[in-house]
Amino acid sequence: MNLPNPNELIDALAGQIAPMIKSDCALVGIHSGGVWIMDALAARLGVDLPRGVLDIAFYRDDYSRIGLHPEVKPSQIPFEVEGRRILLIDDVLFTGRTVRAAMNLLFDYGRPAAIKLAVLVDRGGRELPISADFVGTELRLAPGQHVSLERDDAGGLHLRMRGGEA
Amino acid sequence: MSAKPLLTPNLQLTADGRLRHLLTLDGLPARILTQILDTAESFISVGEREVKKVPLLRGKAVFNLFFENSTRTRTTFEIAAKRLSADVINLNIATSATSKGETLLDTVANLSAMQADMFVVRHASSGAPHLIARHVAPHISVVNAGDGRCAHPTQGLLDMFTIRHYKGGFHNLRVAIVGDVLHSRVARSQIHALTTLGCPEVRVVAPSTLLPRDVASMGVHVHHKMETGLKDCDVIIMLRLQNERMQGALLPSAGEYYKYWGLTQEKLKLAKPDAIVMHPGPMNRGVEIDSGVADGKHSVILPQVTFGIAVRMAVMSMVAGN
Repeated sequence: MNLPNPNELIDALAGQIAPMIKSDCALVGIHSGGVWIMDALAARLGVDLPRGVLDIAFYRDDYSRIGLHPEVKPSQIPFEVEGRRILLIDDVLFTGRTVRAAMNLLFDYGRPAAIKLAVLVDRGGRELPISADFVGTELRLAPGQHVSLERDDAGGLHLRMRGGEA
Repeated sequence: MSAKPLLTPNLQLTADGRLRHLLTLDGLPARILTQILDTAESFISVGEREVKKVPLLRGKAVFNLFFENSTRTRTTFEIAAKRLSADVINLNIATSATSKGETLLDTVANLSAMQADMFVVRHASSGAPHLIARHVAPHISVVNAGDGRCAHPTQGLLDMFTIRHYKGGFHNLRVAIVGDVLHSRVARSQIHALTTLGCPEVRVVAPSTLLPRDVASMGVHVHHKMETGLKDCDVIIMLRLQNERMQGALLPSAGEYYKYWGLTQEKLKLAKPDAIVMHPGPMNRGVEIDSGVADGKHSVILPQVTFGIAVRMAVMSMVAGN
């Protein structure tokens, strides 16, 4: 399968998102791919919105099965969440469990006025009633296949496929 | 019963090398120590939020088994467990079943039957948490909250967290541990952790009556004078002088101890200008430390307490998940 160029997907996302951006908005990226996309989006949107970072390790629903993730990064929300319109950003939307965890985490900072979800890739396979408001592209993957966003040393973003008959 | 060694470091790790119980810092690899400190870093930011709880240990029962009193340690473990959403049961065993003759393992078996998921154990006898860890069901984890003269691993870890927070790392540091090393489980845990994390110079500074005979074999530099022991140090860790030691022949008097071994403003000047002063608490002001130093700009004694909560959250969330 030919994987799309993440930079083109981010351009497309920025185009979709631009009309909704107002002064009461904030961007929140899910560690780590979501944060890279957030930073790239912010540069394209050209607006100086508050930005936050979420690491969902303390909110995962598989903790009792697989334990705590060995590399937890501190979550940073350097703005008031209460009453804010939040654009939540992640790289790949799959089961929806990460987004569920991220929303629970966000609510422990306060009650946002609204949350919209932007993802680079929607690969299907949802296990929860969650959908994205802004989607870079949709990919049809087999259950054993996984797509992930990677960043090289020079800061370039790439999609990578693992598993299945890629 | 077979003659198994009482202290089995491997008991602490799962087959694939993850933290299963926390009993001692002796033998724990730097990888695990660093993972605990890094995880604690993330829990610090949780403590700064509107809601200071995370759902990790929701539905789990944490039993605080304190066979020996310690208000501060028990309280910080309780806060840590509650911030992880666990249910916390505090048992003051010193005044309950064991005084009626129940054995340690019977007490633990009964509490396990009450569906405990974790035991936090403080005991006057060295090795008690290890004994419990060897006999609990596979889903139960044990955290040592101080055993005899052996270890106080979460205190050692919170001290490492404090040092890393203020000094950025361990590789260029000169650390002095001052006072009653002989009776201190805290000092042992600190020495193990500092050595494992790559601190190049760990000093112990004390009269020879308050040093264990094998102290040099622990890889530390021994000093019998504050003048040489504190010189150019980055970190000074004062140990609590336990009042009961005064009654034996080990020490002349509190006044005399303060004169030679107490940390005064004057002696603090021997250390580097940006040195930090630590103390595990509870402090004896005017015995091992001058009040002005304890409250002064070099002191990080109260931040140590705050960091202790995050470090205990890290340990509990790691052992409960493995």
